Amino acid sequence: MYVAVKGGEAAIANAHKMLADRRRGDRSLPSITVEQIVEQLALAVDRVMAEASLYAPDLAALAVKQARGDMIEAIFLLRAYRTTLPRFGASQPVETGEMIAERRVSATYKDLPGGQVLGPTFDYTHRLLDPALAGDEAVETAPARDSEGEPLTRVADILAQEDLIERAFTGDSAEMPREPSGDLTREPMEFPMARDLRLQALARGDEGFLLALGYSTQRGYGRTHPFAGEIRIGEVEVEMDVPELGFAVSLGRIRVTECQMVNQFAGSAKLPPQFTRGYGLVFGQSERKAMAMALVDRSLRAGELGEDRVAPAQDEEFVISHADNVQATGFVEHLKLPHYVDFQAELDLVRRMRAEFEVRQSRDHDTQEAAE
Amino acid sequence: MAKAETAGGSEQGLKRLMDVLAASPGDEIDACAEALGSLPEAAPVRGPEIGLVMVRGRIGGDGAPFNLGEAAVTRATVRLASGAVGHAYALGQDRAKARLSAVLAAMWSEGARRTDIEAQVLAPLAAARAEEVSRVKREAAATRVDFFTMVRGDD
Repeated sequence: MYVAVKGGEAAIANAHKMLADRRRGDRSLPSITVEQIVEQLALAVDRVMAEASLYAPDLAALAVKQARGDMIEAIFLLRAYRTTLPRFGASQPVETGEMIAERRVSATYKDLPGGQVLGPTFDYTHRLLDPALAGDEAVETAPARDSEGEPLTRVADILAQEDLIERAFTGDSAEMPREPSGDLTREPMEFPMARDLRLQALARGDEGFLLALGYSTQRGYGRTHPFAGEIRIGEVEVEMDVPELGFAVSLGRIRVTECQMVNQFAGSAKLPPQFTRGYGLVFGQSERKAMAMALVDRSLRAGELGEDRVAPAQDEEFVISHADNVQATGFVEHLKLPHYVDFQAELDLVRRMRAEFEVRQSRDHDTQEAAE
Repeated sequence: MAKAETAGGSEQGLKRLMDVLAASPGDEIDACAEALGSLPEAAPVRGPEIGLVMVRGRIGGDGAPFNLGEAAVTRATVRLASGAVGHAYALGQDRAKARLSAVLAAMWSEGARRTDIEAQVLAPLAAARAEEVSRVKREAAATRVDFFTMVRGDD
């Protein structure tokens, strides 16, 4: 039973004013601008875009500001915004092989074509806090050198020369459809789920959750023997067929992070021993998320590859149902909302059960005394 | 045949213009359009309006498509007095840029000022974009590891 109770309006209005006050903080300091967040907290902006599943740096930065840096709140804000917009269409698949890469590393081949390009990485930093950054010292521009212009060959293509890795299905066939099998933003989830839908869910999944699951597979809960075949970060062109023109145009470029995990596979009755692949693709620069996604993608292929499903990371329904942090936070945080009537009902129930329990106890006590 | 080729060539040119406009910041397009002098009156047909495009990736980078996530896109369509129609689509939420891009696309389709647009808009913006890409590539190249224990090349 729901009972309408009024009286919170003034408290709510004042709470929101207090939130605005605390968000602004010390008025003697300048207010942080959206442009500053886009430029200087770029990876926070990237995470919000990835998990909100909406590529819009300015809006993601505004969400970070509005949420006072609470990432999941910012993701929630951007998700809510996207529901207000019409869908113009779908792009052609982005070609990550043609990425303008800032970074490309491989843990499987030292000297692969294109080389190991480190890019703007935290790797090899000493993780010592830098007091100089507390000030506003001038920063040099990045060094440059004339590019050899060597294309960045995919690691999968190198292994494919020996036929030692599973290949993507090519050609017009049931395995290579032109369209994805579905869209999570349009249809409710159903299990078992096709791999394309799983990847959509993982791409917007919570980084921490996927990181923990990926870690669990490395520690033995559903081992998949991974190597980071290749990680690349950079910009890809987004092209879309525009019906009124009759041809595809570029909408501009977006930054993405891609991870190809190469996994050992002993083979099965149908498939020869070969390397299999786990795939991660994420909006923005987010190597950790792309790597975790690739680990989890490979784990979730257990059924398809005839492996025993024994670990949480191999359980599709468990993983996909709990990966979305907006859903998760909604359900966890709803517990703080008024449950006065539910609780009254339970309180009444517990009181009655307690009374019955005490009656039973004293009866047992009397019987026992009588027996003695 | 000849006519089809011309149409094909013009389509290529329009695509090239639209691609460069989509990739360029609004203030740069403004500056280039100013160099064209006065622009024709353009009636809005649609927008400028902000919407979403579902960005797709490929499974494994080379396989079947999947829905990666959406991107905010602004589009506009305008019609000039001559009847020429221009469209614009670009990532982001810049309505003024979408409208101006649509006007430039319509002027391109009109044909009369194509050489001007090529010289004042397309060429400088394309050069600026190429320079940006080249800078990123050269900066990335500076972070490429030269394993000095490796023998590379003949010398």
